[in-house]
Amino acid sequence: MEIFLQQIINGLVLGSMYALVALGYTMVYGIINLINFAHGEVLMVGALTSWTAIGLMRDGMPGAPGWVILLLATIIACVVAAALNYTIEKVAYRPLRNSPKLAPLITAIGMSILLQTLAMIIWKPTNKSYPTLLPSDSIIVGGAAISPTQIMILVVTAVSLAILTYLVNYTKLGRAMRATAENPRVAALMGVKPDMVISATFIIGAVLAAIAGVMQASNYGIAQHSMGFLPGLKAFTAAVFGGIGNLPGAVVGGLLLGLIEVIGSGYLGTLTGDILGSQHSDIFAFAILILMLTVRPSGLLGERVADRA
Amino acid sequence: MSKSKTKSIVLFIIAAIALVVLPHVLQQFGNAWVRIADVALLYCLLALGLNIVVGYAGLLDLGYVAFFAIGAYLYALLSSPHLTDTFPAIKAMFPGGLHTPLLVVIPLSLGLAALFGVLLGAPTLKLRGDYLAIVTLGFGEIIRVFMNTLDHPINITNGAKGLDAIDPVHFWGLNLGKPLKFGDYTVSSVTLYYYLFLMFVIGALVISHRLQNSRVGRGWMAIREDEIAAKAMGINTRNMKLLAFGMGASFGGVSGAMFASFQSAITPESFNLMESVMIVAMVVLGGIGHLPGVILGAVLLSALPEVLRYVAGPLQTMTDGRLDASILRQLFIAGAMISVMLLRPRGLWPAPDHGKSLQTKS
Repeated sequence: MEIFLQQIINGLVLGSMYALVALGYTMVYGIINLINFAHGEVLMVGALTSWTAIGLMRDGMPGAPGWVILLLATIIACVVAAALNYTIEKVAYRPLRNSPKLAPLITAIGMSILLQTLAMIIWKPTNKSYPTLLPSDSIIVGGAAISPTQIMILVVTAVSLAILTYLVNYTKLGRAMRATAENPRVAALMGVKPDMVISATFIIGAVLAAIAGVMQASNYGIAQHSMGFLPGLKAFTAAVFGGIGNLPGAVVGGLLLGLIEVIGSGYLGTLTGDILGSQHSDIFAFAILILMLTVRPSGLLGERVADRA
Repeated sequence: MSKSKTKSIVLFIIAAIALVVLPHVLQQFGNAWVRIADVALLYCLLALGLNIVVGYAGLLDLGYVAFFAIGAYLYALLSSPHLTDTFPAIKAMFPGGLHTPLLVVIPLSLGLAALFGVLLGAPTLKLRGDYLAIVTLGFGEIIRVFMNTLDHPINITNGAKGLDAIDPVHFWGLNLGKPLKFGDYTVSSVTLYYYLFLMFVIGALVISHRLQNSRVGRGWMAIREDEIAAKAMGINTRNMKLLAFGMGASFGGVSGAMFASFQSAITPESFNLMESVMIVAMVVLGGIGHLPGVILGAVLLSALPEVLRYVAGPLQTMTDGRLDASILRQLFIAGAMISVMLLRPRGLWPAPDHGKSLQTKS
């Protein structure tokens, strides 16, 4: 039972990181129908920026407590990632808005490769150990250990989600975003500036990705140039799982995927007599995704999209 | 005979001669250059296969490399000592080792890849666009992970170490693994492979071209433009989509078998997601659904970055090792993808009439 509880906690931690990244995918998809392949790289840039910032701050202000440094580094990472994602959208996606659908997808993939390569040049292609800035003694809850970093991840995710929900549902910008997602042309007629809304969407997505990047790096204690690839892929899977374009769907999809992955890798070996093991946890997630999409082709919470307007 | 027709025939003959002579010219500079041409031809074959799925039928497949992997592993298993070393029963059946002839392996890899293509296609028929993309991507990853982990409980794929000592292609007493001597002149092994691959690419081109102008091809394009309208016109969309998946996959399977024999060793890492993405990029960059464009895209993205490796040396010393050949190659690929798409959103050499319906929309 303790093991199971531990798995649930680990799964929720992993899932909340997926959820944050998946939100970025799903928001962009909801508005401009583009899979932003470079989103995982924004996460990576966020994490590496915070790593550099932490290094500088530790030298600059030796007495500062860990959480202050982490907070400041996260803010810096968010700003850099937001500026980056804003630029990416402006340079690589905006000129192609009325092009064939695959063209922006290819520039997105190109951007992803470009960012990874630039990160290799700037930060060198080595593994960087990410400092543990929060206390490292775990708290025991009902037999399961949960570290302060993990608590931080869960809390930060919850707060981010609350802010995002408020933003999307109760502010003018949120209304503009929902209107643009619904129908960009009519939204434009009602006085919404689609370009502004799209830029805002990319900025919000980047902030969420940067937070996820910092959390991932602090949780695993490692940061490097390709760290964004797999979380990006998983988060995209989570977004599709929940129904792409649907915000609660992305969160549910992310959390479920995290739980499935952790519990799957924990019990797959014993259930199948060691034929399948934890090394199959990735494909376990994909297999469930494929199964679910065959039953519900538009995802868990996705609405049935009308075929081609 | 009209003037333009004469001109195109002349052009065709010049191109044919150039293609035949090319490896002999490259050979003078070293076999590494011929290898680049060989790999480019393999990518042409892959791109032509994917073009059937993405270009003709409009189904975005991000796991295409899985079929490449299936073909490669099939050839590797049937022509390397791995199976006979691992299983005494097979050793007893083939005391001299498994050396399956090419004429058996090619249809087998073609068939097996096509079967997997249909298997992938069947559950995804209802999905559209990006949902399809993620499922195919997942399929590609699943295949790769199984290549990695099928070394236990029964060792089939030899896990992450991959398979090696794969036989070179041999048929009719000709062994492509050894150079061929005509008196003083030596035709190197890579040049022989070049001609074999060239033949496959030409075959694939002819098949693609004939398909494009056939009833099947027009059906695919109708599905690409508007699936519901195509269905209303009496096209059996289910069978057509499965056919597209199967045909596209079979090209990938053959290409994979050739790759395994050419490299003589394969590991699961040769078949990662990045490869799938690169093949999609070749098709889209060149001109989706347009054969000359697809070939151009494949050659551009596979050969040019390799050529860059040879000029990267000085740059590397200049930048203190930060810009090495592989980084330069990636920068080039990324730069090409972004700039070509921004400047020519429909590809470098797009089909003349493709996209008409899209222009009037929006």
